Amino acid sequence: MGSALIGDEIRVSIDCDAAIVTARQKGRALASQCGFPSTDLAVIATAISELARNIVRYAVHGEIILRLLDDNGKRGVEVVAVDDGPGIPDLALAMQDGYSTSGGLGLGLPGTRRLMDEFEIVSDFGKGTTVTVRRWKR
Amino acid sequence: MQVPILKQGAYLIATVQSALTDEDLKQLRDALVGQVSKVRARGVIVDVTALDVIDSFATRTLRDVAHMIRLRGAETVIVGIQPEVAFSMVKLGLTLAGVSTSLDLEEGLAYLNRKA
Repeated sequence: MGSALIGDEIRVSIDCDAAIVTARQKGRALASQCGFPSTDLAVIATAISELARNIVRYAVHGEIILRLLDDNGKRGVEVVAVDDGPGIPDLALAMQDGYSTSGGLGLGLPGTRRLMDEFEIVSDFGKGTTVTVRRWKR
Repeated sequence: MQVPILKQGAYLIATVQSALTDEDLKQLRDALVGQVSKVRARGVIVDVTALDVIDSFATRTLRDVAHMIRLRGAETVIVGIQPEVAFSMVKLGLTLAGVSTSLDLEEGLAYLNRKA
């Protein structure tokens, strides 16, 4: 990865449903500052909302970290969702549309992958989950 | 942030003014389902023009509102979904299938006048 961080990262502690709104508003503001068009702002804010809600729903507490990236002149936004919750026992299953253990729609992770350009997930059963997503400015 | 609900004729109009938390969305759902029978409304309009994000939870709650109100004998129409919000919803996999939508409040009222 040849991406350099631009400016300071923003960290939002996620511990209640009001924090989901805060995280997506901060992410939108950061992406807007980078000059993303309005469709991308909605896409990025929606992805943050899904990732933050997963933290509240499954891990209770975690963090959303927002960064602006520069990759050889290409600008992007990186969102990292970290928690120390129970982890995901079956990642392949969690990435399937419509699969949910919480009575939700089961679109959070697969939908977030569709919204963003890059998607990485690391989950240690019993230790926590980290999801990293990026969207690059066209 | 509570969503004001106005009664206009046989309809209830809920106009979302700013970003809603999950708790706000649940309150809106319960308030609408409760009021629809209290005032004997025949139609409900939820105006979401001000929302810059409609994620999976918001979609599920709006769908629940429409279905619950239909079970109470009235019609619901969601109006004002912004183009970039619609784009994000579809990418995410959310279609609001089975829920009526209109471009804006005016179209929503016209829809209810035909339907409710």
